[in-house]
This record gives sequence, C-alpha cells and structure tokens, in this order.
Amino acid sequence: MGAPAGDRWLHKRQVNEVRNISISTTSNNIDFAGSTSKADSTARKVTREAVIEKLLMISAGISILSIILITVFIFARGIPLVTQVGLSNFLFNLTWNPANKIYGIGAMFIGSLGVTLVALSWAVPLGLAAALFIAEIAPSAVGSLLSRFVELLAGIPSVVYGFFGLIVVVPFIRETFGGNGLSVLAGGIILGIMVIPTIINISRDSIMAVPMDYKVNSLALGATHYQTIFHVIMPAARSGIITAIVLGMGRAIGETMAVVMVTGNAVIVPGSILEPVRTMTSNIVLEMGYASGDHQAALFATGMVLFVFIVILNLLVNMVIKGAKKDGLS
Amino acid sequence: MGLADVKEKALTGLFWLSALMIVGVLVLIIGYIIVNGISAIDLKFILEPPSRAGKEGGISTTIVGTLYLTVVSLLLSVPVGVASAVYLEEYANPNSRFAYLVNLTAETMAGIPSIIFGLFGFVFFVIFLNMGWSVISGSLTLAIMILPTIMRTSQEAIKAVAPELRENSLALGASKWQTVQRIVLPSAVPGITTGIILSIGRAIGETAALILTAGSSLGMPINLSDPARSMAVHLYVLAMEGISMERAFGTACLLIVLIVILNFLANWSMRRLSRAAG
Repeated sequence: MGAPAGDRWLHKRQVNEVRNISISTTSNNIDFAGSTSKADSTARKVTREAVIEKLLMISAGISILSIILITVFIFARGIPLVTQVGLSNFLFNLTWNPANKIYGIGAMFIGSLGVTLVALSWAVPLGLAAALFIAEIAPSAVGSLLSRFVELLAGIPSVVYGFFGLIVVVPFIRETFGGNGLSVLAGGIILGIMVIPTIINISRDSIMAVPMDYKVNSLALGATHYQTIFHVIMPAARSGIITAIVLGMGRAIGETMAVVMVTGNAVIVPGSILEPVRTMTSNIVLEMGYASGDHQAALFATGMVLFVFIVILNLLVNMVIKGAKKDGLS
Repeated sequence: MGLADVKEKALTGLFWLSALMIVGVLVLIIGYIIVNGISAIDLKFILEPPSRAGKEGGISTTIVGTLYLTVVSLLLSVPVGVASAVYLEEYANPNSRFAYLVNLTAETMAGIPSIIFGLFGFVFFVIFLNMGWSVISGSLTLAIMILPTIMRTSQEAIKAVAPELRENSLALGASKWQTVQRIVLPSAVPGITTGIILSIGRAIGETAALILTAGSSLGMPINLSDPARSMAVHLYVLAMEGISMERAFGTACLLIVLIVILNFLANWSMRRLSRAAG
C-alpha cells in the first residue's frame, strides 16, 4: 500500500477500462505507475487506449454500414421502376420485353422456383441421409473423411459447376431424354449438387447436438438403432433440419453462374422439366452488360425482389431457431 | 436371420450408398475436369496473354487479374474483419444493441447471393463513386463479401484464447490493447489464418459479382483503376460463347487445382489450431 492517491485513481481507471475481465483489485501493491513522475505517461496511455477502442468500434460498424448501403442503393434504383410498372404487374406479368418497355418477371420467378424445387427434391433426401450417416452410422474415421469431401464440394466455384454441367450434364440429358438438354432438369441437377454441402453441414450439426440421453433411453427401452434414429433423433433435430433446407433453398435461389450456363435462358414458363428456363439471377447477369435506363432499373428491381426473398428466408430461419430454443431443443 | 434384420441391413446399405454417391459426384467432377484440362496447361498457357478474345494464347492476364483482385480485397477486408472481431469479443458488452446488430448484419451478409453484391458494387463503386469497371471496384465488392467469413473465424479464434492468458497479462500491468496485441492476437493467428484461406477460395472462384464490377477486359491490369478479367470470369466467357473449349478446360483445371490446394491448407491450418487448443 502507500501509493499516492493520484496513482490509486489511475489504477482504478485502468481496472475500469478492463471491467469485463475480472482481475483481483486487492493486489494493488503491485503498482502500474509506480510513482507520480510516471502519472503523465499513464494518462497518455489511457487516451491512446480510448482512441484504439473507438477505432475498433468503427471497424465493427463497417458491416452495418455495408448492409445499409447495399439496401439503400439497390432499392433506390429498383423502387421507382416498380412503382411505375405496378408491383403485382412487375411480379406476375409473364412478358419480359425490354425493347417494348414491358417489364414482368413472372416467368423468371417461376423459373427460379422450378429449378430450386427440382434441386431440393433430390438434394434434401440425399443430404439428410449423408448427414445421418456421418453422425450416427459411419465409423468416425469414415464420417470425418466424408465431411472433408463435403467441404471440398462446397469450395468448388459455381462457374466450374456450370462448366461441368454444360459439358457433361446437358449432353447427357440431350441424348437420354431428347430436346437440346439446356433445361430445368440440368439446372436442378447442378444446383442440387451445390446445395448438398449446406444441407449436410447444418443438419449433421443439429443431429450431433441431440443429447446423448435421448438416444440411450430409447435404446434402453428396447428400440432398435434405426427406430431411435427415425423416431427420436430426427424429431429432436427437426429445427436444425428445417434450417438446413431453408438455407439450401436460399443458396439455390441466389445461385447465378452455374444456372445461367445450363438452363438455356429462354424467357418462357416451362411446360416440363426438359424445357429451357431463365431464372431471376440469370436475367441480371445476362442483361446488365448492355442495359440502360428503365431496363437497367428493372434489373435492379429484380435484384431487389431476390434480396427481399432471401432476407425473408433468413428471418424464417431465425424464427425456427428461436422456436426450438423455447422448446428446449437446439 | 429375421425380417427385421434384413430391413436393418438394407437400410445400412442405403446409407452407405448415399455417402458413396456424394463421393462419386465429387470424384467425377474433379476427375473429369483435371483429366480433360491438364493437357491444355503448359508454361505457355500460364505465361502468355490471351489473343483473339481468348481463342489463342494463354491466360496470363486473367491469372494476374485473379491474384490482384484477391490480394487487394484481403488487404481491405482482413484488418477490418479482425478489428471487428477484437471489438466484439474483447471490448463490446455482448448484450449491447450495437454488438447484436453487428453480429446480425454479418450473419445476414453471409447469406446474400453474390449477384446482389455485384449489383451493389456496380451501382455504388462503379457508377456512384465513379471508379468504373476496375480492380478497385471489384476488390472493394469482394472485400465486403468475404468480411463475414473473416469476422466469424476471427471471433471464434479469439474466443478460444484462454481467459487466464488475458488475466495474467493485465495483472502484470499490461494495458488492454497491449494484451490484445501481444497476447490475444498471436494466440488467435492459426484461426484467423484458416478464415483467410477460406476467403481466398471464395475470392478466386467468384464470378457473378466480378463481371459487374471489375469488367471483362483482357488487358493486363497494372493500376488499381484498370479493368480486370479474373480466371473465373474468363472460364464463363470462353464456355458460354464457345470461344475455345480447350482453354476453358485448362482454366477450369487450374481453378480446381487451386481450390483443392487451398482446401488442403485450410484443413492443415485447422488441425494445427485444434492441436494448439488441445
């Protein structure tokens, strides 16, 4: 003890600066500043610390600033056109004819949903089966090896998937089912491969998070391993599985390069999965290069619809997770 | 053997089959592209600039474009991302509105499709800030796209640093920033590195956002204000316009090899991380 009052005050200030980490204040005979001559430099240090904290805070604010700018700039370009055309006309009109100033994204909205549904129809069952395999069935070495392969699958660039689709999947469909191969089906096959990692990773984590007690009790009651998986583990992990499907859907709807390369991009409502189709994302990337004026604004409005759609999906996921937490499951 | 046993065996077989299918798809894609693309790659392919819109010559300018865009976007994104993570984990009250908002926006940004970032980069950097189709417009757009990855991995890495290390440093008289700078961040480096490797993978493969912000000029990008075509954009143009399938295969093959190497590095870095933590 016996440090000058000023030092004790500074010491207190420093402890306050670090208040969210508990440190013992009883040991104040280990002195920071030591003597009054150092008080000046300590004060400067405190200011420096405060400046650094402000700088770090500003960095953290850049995320918020980015999302505000993204929203404002895309909506500012899109909203005037939507009000001019009318929201329901813009969303549901099946004719997209920029040359005659007719801007309806109905056909492309259906296109995006169609390709997404075909993709999910096979990627969800396969992804879920693989997630259960990794979490419950495979020997752990096999499971972690498969997880690594899935990571690799997730890392392949979408343009490479599109290229593979164009070179392998499209000719395969052409030769097997007829037509020219550029189709909803080709898009659904390639997109399905691309969303499988999302579905596996999220549902695997939620399956692994099911408490061991559930499993042990079920087995002790005489249920078989598979009865336990289907009647105990999967229901307990359902919120995670729903999250996986919704996020997979978001990924599929927002995907651009792979789809634009394999679906043929005709602005029509497809009569079957063997017909070509244009998605909302494809429309943006195909026409942005030369569009101007209202045409360009209509592409921004398309992006705006996509943006709103994705944000709604994310909010849904947040609600599912919150609901699950209320039920005591994660 | 009872009926139930047969059913169980069949189910187990189906689960193994699903796993094999996924591995099969991965091997098919990577194998097909490497087998068909490797013959297109030689020193000339890597070192010569494309000529006649990519029909002839190599892809050197697009390799430089990819590197340029990736490096600049990392230089912009890593400091901001790590600083954000330090603020959220070391300074901010975790229950504050600000911390909640930053975490929420980062999470939301991670789910936004790249074409939306492209539209934003186009209207904001290219047009509004008058940067044109350029390396800097593309890099700024990419930097925003990879920011959530850098932030999240850095946050995880900082969280994993033992609290005793901080307490000891503070008890020895180090200031908060000194503790962060000399104790917390060095311990978090492996985790942050993993995030950077994952971000490089994303930057190398990104196409949609770059077409709209960096342009597709085949010239050699020198200044930040020059337009640049990345390898991924080059692959798209070559394949879609049927310019040269041989060169498209070569470009796809190079991209795949890079991604496989990065994936390997990320795994290695993560293993190092878990060993350090364990």
